[in-house]
Amino acid sequence: MTTELLKQLFFSMLRIRRVEEKIVELYPQQEMRCPVHLCIGQEAVAAGVCATLTPTDAVFSGHRAHGHYLAMGGNLKAFWAEMYGKATGCCQGKGGSMHLVDLDAGFIGSTPIVGGTIPVGVGAAFGAMMQRLNKVVVIFFGEGACEEGVFHESLNFAALKNLPIVFVCENNFYSVYTPLSERQPAKREVYTLAQAHNIPSFQENGNDVEQVYQMAREAVERARSGGGATFLEFKTYRWREHCGHNYDNHIGYRTETEFLEWKERCPIQHTQMQLLKHRLLTEAELEEMEKEISLELEEAIAFAKSSPFPEQQTIFDHIYV
Amino acid sequence: MNQREITFAQAINEALMQAMAEDSSVYIMGEGVPDPKGIFGTTLGLLEKFGSERVLDMPVAENGMTGVAIGSALMGMRPILTHQRVDFALLAMDQMVNNAAKWHYMFGGQLSVPLVIRLIIGRGWGQGPQHSQSLQSWFAHVPGLKVVMPTTPRDAKGLLLASIRDNNPVIFLEHRWLHNIAGHVPAESYTIALGEARVARRGQDLTIVSTSYMTLEALRAATWLSAAGVEVEVIDVRSLRPLDAETILASVRKTGRLLVTDTSWTFCGFSAEIVALVAEKAYSHLLCSPCRVALPDAPTPTSHAVAKFYYPRAVDLYKASCKMMGLQHAEVELEILSTQLDVPDKSFTGPF
Repeated sequence: MTTELLKQLFFSMLRIRRVEEKIVELYPQQEMRCPVHLCIGQEAVAAGVCATLTPTDAVFSGHRAHGHYLAMGGNLKAFWAEMYGKATGCCQGKGGSMHLVDLDAGFIGSTPIVGGTIPVGVGAAFGAMMQRLNKVVVIFFGEGACEEGVFHESLNFAALKNLPIVFVCENNFYSVYTPLSERQPAKREVYTLAQAHNIPSFQENGNDVEQVYQMAREAVERARSGGGATFLEFKTYRWREHCGHNYDNHIGYRTETEFLEWKERCPIQHTQMQLLKHRLLTEAELEEMEKEISLELEEAIAFAKSSPFPEQQTIFDHIYV
Repeated sequence: MNQREITFAQAINEALMQAMAEDSSVYIMGEGVPDPKGIFGTTLGLLEKFGSERVLDMPVAENGMTGVAIGSALMGMRPILTHQRVDFALLAMDQMVNNAAKWHYMFGGQLSVPLVIRLIIGRGWGQGPQHSQSLQSWFAHVPGLKVVMPTTPRDAKGLLLASIRDNNPVIFLEHRWLHNIAGHVPAESYTIALGEARVARRGQDLTIVSTSYMTLEALRAATWLSAAGVEVEVIDVRSLRPLDAETILASVRKTGRLLVTDTSWTFCGFSAEIVALVAEKAYSHLLCSPCRVALPDAPTPTSHAVAKFYYPRAVDLYKASCKMMGLQHAEVELEILSTQLDVPDKSFTGPF
């Protein structure tokens, strides 16, 4: 991996982290009046996978989608405005945190019904193939979605039609407060489900952005060259509560020790250490990155705060074309 | 004048042929679409004409394949999805209601889902609890969906072509007992706008608002009632959403009497919506209480011995109308009473 690329991946992760931390900071102001599912701790998957794509590809995601949207180059101002329920938001205030879209960036949409966008992504690949469009579809979802029937229906069809898709499963071990052990059989790894559909499937450390990138690149190349779908399982961990801006290690469904172990494996810290150790990044460059992100954030938040709310009659806009 | 007659099923077939010939982004998918029976004859010949890339069978995965259809629509295709029973589509309620109906709305008007879902309603011949439901009220409840129920072959073709050209998700419900009924259908491609009811018969004494197959029963009852001196106006709703409220209200303002007949249950059903509409908007014009003739509050029994008491027929509409008119309903020997009640006509001999 070139230094330039690694720095780019690092920057992408850092930007996601700072955006999410800003939400943590501002959420108590009660101006973001929608549920938020933060991806702090899981940034490497978003950054690593999306760096292998172009805006002419198509990305779908679920409820924890901020990172995917941002890593694809989703507009930050439209993101913040959407969080604030403003008319200038990416969904004009009709979506909020759980519905993000930026078609110019190739981010087709995220929705919060678990597994809901998996068949839609498969259909996008199918539709693109019928129209001879050279498009790779990436669908992000959690390990909980693999328990849904529609997940299996989608994999079956993707394999049947040899569709250009990369299924990206972020396994963070919890569905809300319910641990994996309560939901899936022991000794049956998530990624092996896709093998049953004869889809090449792999498992990797989701906190190592270089490994994520390498694995995603191979999968995207396979899809682009007519090799069909790939399933990638990345093990990772969400630091904050399932929904909201707080930590919730004290409420009893997981332990502080477990959280601290994963915090030790922070994807951003890990890459930063690598970059600094090998003198690929200077403290000054790091400072520059932080400044750039902070400036962009300030602008986006100012834009969101100063934007108008949607008018009452917009309730009835866009029900039908 | 050329009064070419073809069946409802042939009219659907012709609409599909013409839609696919007109627009290469139209494709059709469903279990059995290319099979030798061709969805009650409605998809016969499509495979030969348009090839296997546009005429597809599919895995038995209603929810997943609905999502696939939606995704392909987002990429510019115009899918037609077909299920042989409305009951099967219940597996796909998530994709229909959460995604198809809302995609355009929830992303602020970006992208749309031009999707037609053909669903078939059964009746009789022992179809039973899970093969004969009429769930139009469920779909009509959801903003973002359009819901169409044609009665005549002419409407079937025109409404299907309009549905396929529509840029929104359209639920297109076909009654199994209509497939073999013939009527005049123009040969050329034409559309009938969604959201316009059809006045199937003019009258000034009583309005019957009907859906799908019940329109035929309503027209039969209207003939008998006419002989008894009561002129009934029959309004075939055709499109439940968007609803042509004005045509219904104008008729009730004229007649002062409303009878609604529907193929589904009365409780929380489409017929309740029409009664509510009239109660809210034309109450002062009503000369008597509105009345509903639809399915009794029970799942469909299978045995033909009891099914004949389950489905409402022309005779039920006749009796209800007489009561609303304050007429002693004559003990007329109604032809319907002597016929088999679990088949549309004598030519129907099963198995589905």
